Amino acid sequence: MTQYTQADFKSDQPLKFCAGCGDHAVAASMQRAMAELGIAPSQTAVISGIGCSSRMPYYMNTYGMHTIHGRGLAIATGLKVARPDLTVWNVTGDGDCLAIGGNHFIHAMRRNIDLNIILFNNKIYGLTKGQYSPTSDRGLVTKSSPWGTVEDPFCPAELCIGARGTFFARAIDGDIKNSIVAMKAAVGHKGASVVEMLCNCVIFADGIHKLITDPAVRADKTIILEDGKPMIYGKNRDKGLILDGWNIKSVTIGENGITEKDLLVHDAKMVDPTFHLKLAMMGYSPYGYAGATDDLPIALGVIRNVEGMSYDEAVAGQIDEVKGKKKARTLRELLLSGDTWEVK
Amino acid sequence: MENPKIIEAPEVVVRFSGDSGDGMQLAGTIFSTVAAILGNEISTFPDYPAEMRAPRGSLGGVSSFQVHVGKKVYTPGDQCDVLVAMNPAALKQNVKYLKKGGVLIYDEDTFVKAELTKAKFETLDPFTEMGIADKYQLVGVPVSESTKASLADTGMDAKSVARCRNIFALGFVFWLFNRPLEKAEEFLTSKFAKKPEILQANLKVIADGFNYGANTHASVSTYRVESSQAEPGIYCDVKGNAATAYGLVAAAEKAGTKLFLGSYPITPATDILHELSKLKFLGVTTVQAEDEISGICTAIGAAFGGALAATSTSGPGIALKSEAIGLAVMAEIPLVVIDVMRGGPSTGLPTKTEQTDLMQCIYGRNGESPCVVMAASSPVDCFYAAYNASKIALEHNTPVILLSDAFLGNGSSSLRIPDPENLPEIKPAIATADMAGSYEPYARDPETFVRLKAIPGTEGLMHRLGGLEKDEHGAISTNPEVHQKMVNNRQAKIDYIANVIPDLKVTGDVDADTLVIGWGGTFGHISAAVENLRAEGKKLAQAHFEYIVPLPKNTEEVLKKYKNILCCELNNGQFAGYLRSKIEGISVKEFTEVKGQPFQIRDIEEAIKAIN
Repeated sequence: MTQYTQADFKSDQPLKFCAGCGDHAVAASMQRAMAELGIAPSQTAVISGIGCSSRMPYYMNTYGMHTIHGRGLAIATGLKVARPDLTVWNVTGDGDCLAIGGNHFIHAMRRNIDLNIILFNNKIYGLTKGQYSPTSDRGLVTKSSPWGTVEDPFCPAELCIGARGTFFARAIDGDIKNSIVAMKAAVGHKGASVVEMLCNCVIFADGIHKLITDPAVRADKTIILEDGKPMIYGKNRDKGLILDGWNIKSVTIGENGITEKDLLVHDAKMVDPTFHLKLAMMGYSPYGYAGATDDLPIALGVIRNVEGMSYDEAVAGQIDEVKGKKKARTLRELLLSGDTWEVK
Repeated sequence: MENPKIIEAPEVVVRFSGDSGDGMQLAGTIFSTVAAILGNEISTFPDYPAEMRAPRGSLGGVSSFQVHVGKKVYTPGDQCDVLVAMNPAALKQNVKYLKKGGVLIYDEDTFVKAELTKAKFETLDPFTEMGIADKYQLVGVPVSESTKASLADTGMDAKSVARCRNIFALGFVFWLFNRPLEKAEEFLTSKFAKKPEILQANLKVIADGFNYGANTHASVSTYRVESSQAEPGIYCDVKGNAATAYGLVAAAEKAGTKLFLGSYPITPATDILHELSKLKFLGVTTVQAEDEISGICTAIGAAFGGALAATSTSGPGIALKSEAIGLAVMAEIPLVVIDVMRGGPSTGLPTKTEQTDLMQCIYGRNGESPCVVMAASSPVDCFYAAYNASKIALEHNTPVILLSDAFLGNGSSSLRIPDPENLPEIKPAIATADMAGSYEPYARDPETFVRLKAIPGTEGLMHRLGGLEKDEHGAISTNPEVHQKMVNNRQAKIDYIANVIPDLKVTGDVDADTLVIGWGGTFGHISAAVENLRAEGKKLAQAHFEYIVPLPKNTEEVLKKYKNILCCELNNGQFAGYLRSKIEGISVKEFTEVKGQPFQIRDIEEAIKAIN
């Protein structure tokens, strides 16, 4: 395998994100993940829609296209179906993916197209200067909601898993180490892989995730799920998750006779999505925004990772199958084998 | 196509066949009577069985009624264009009368084991068994079940309900052939005046049959456009939509690329998606996308990946696709966008034909956003137009909008099966791996203004495309001079294509005072009108436009030679207005109609005479 470094994936364009924007870190994570994966830049394509995050292709030394608002996934679908040999990344945001792009998103999930979708969720429309987005908390005051929004947001995980998505991961923009883990797992997963990045827009929604991501509270407010490992979190690694009836409950290890053995062990490969949805919605349920009602940590890491046939694979497979059934290999052969007559 | 002639629906032979007692005679009589009332000449041929009350469903019990409607009709026609078969026995006895490519309407509900056995079929698929599955346009209609459902609330007994099946089928035939239902209703009202219950039943059922056709956008090919001179060769029948599909396949084969179609079902273009979906064994990839926008976007993605990519739709779909077409213009992505035009505006008349999308296709994008716009002129020309659209798209890295219409899409002509050796070469404008190091993705050829496209996967040619304005090095730019220059470059690229398309050809009396022009699917009708008048001694020249953006380079020279120019088109004068905007000092008269129907040849003749 060829050795690449981050530099091999950097284009000659300096990053133009605002100082303090979470996108700087995500760009670095993407480039380092690509380098560690060892797939050549020439075999990689980065497709984006419109938004601050969608500027990303210009900074990647790969093939790339900065397309139109909401349509990146549809364009990437066509690319991957025509060129299953390429590794195709999608860069999108909460507005691009879940507002105007919502329809293409659910169909990409349903079809399970082998794409690596990095969803930059900063819960705001940054590029257009600060309108609320489909992931903004109810009541958020913005330029287009001067008296606060009167709608509940989507949680990207519930749409992904609800549309039968086979891979969902979540990471914090500044946590480069775990971002890379999630991104590499996404590329390794054959099918639609969604990595939700909790991003900070320093200008229009500064601190929007801070209840979860602030270093002082992060360890107690988030849990990194790893396949096969017990669900432990907390600054002192003394908190864990158990199942209490239908619900997930947070417990302190050592209290009430709880030991590590009693804790839930993460199984990212469960085909049934119900429990993954519950894990992904911890802290978000039921109104779609974090910190609403329960005291559960936000799940990070690779929450769901299920293998299945991808659409691009199925399309190619069917073409091969049909080729085996029909003799004609050119248009002329096809037309000559039908009903014809000759004019002399 | 040289000297095209049209054979169309007014001359149609319909044969109704079913069990004696199914009322085939009645259905045939109604159809022919209505035709006569509408001024068509008719000739009819009822074909009764010799046996009295032969067993139901048996071969001996089949009764038929054949009616030929049209102009100068002397005989009922030896062969029929449409066969209505109410059961398998009727099919078996009458299929021999059906012309190749004809329409076979059958009652799906009677094509079940018991009835098939009575008619001595051995399998459940009589069409394959008789070897006719590909020979006719098969139209299965759930006549029996629909008739039952239609009369469910009447309390009629099963036998009486079954007798109404023929009338349901008749309603459906009325829809297919654009016959107004009112006349049939008048006939039924007078025939069943003394039996109000039967009258009500028949009125309901004929309306339900008609509506079934409307609801399912049923349409059949009722037109043929043939050349009077057939070159030697091997021919097959094609409908325009299938020909369009084959043209794309031929282009991909010649160019050595994969063919990709991203599309969404929409009348009257859906058959292009159907046809290409079948051709997986030729390596064709089709994606039925979740909406029109995804249809074109998947195609853009595939084109970015190096495929010959197309998307097919009708007017409403073009409206949805306009932003994406703009992206393809800006990012210089090769793409074929097929618009099979239908009646508009909005949902309009989905199964009817018109030419009202021209301005939308030329201008319907934000910004100065030029792309190639061309039109097919006959069903068989759809093949060549699709081929040429693909060639231009790949060689100039631009979207090409190809205009077809419902008349062409559903019309038939004979295609001389092409030998790929004789088709024009296609050399996509791509950068190759040996250019690594020197490749400048945003550099343009100084003459053609074409930018070379690098196919992802090629080592050393990585670069980024996008919808934002960029300078000649690919850096995003809002610099005023840069923007002006890029707008000019994109226009120049399209303008240059006038050098690679054929000159405008003038036929007929080249030195006449009057030139009759048109574009797209009206070619057959305009040509017929011009030929009829010339045969009467009138001097007329004719020119038909296949390329609209850019116009052929001799357009101004040709138009300025004529004192009188008449532009015939099925819209409110869109092409005439476009010509006036592009060429100073010409006077163009218009003959326009927006009726959802092709021109009547005699109406074009009257219009020509009126300005002459």
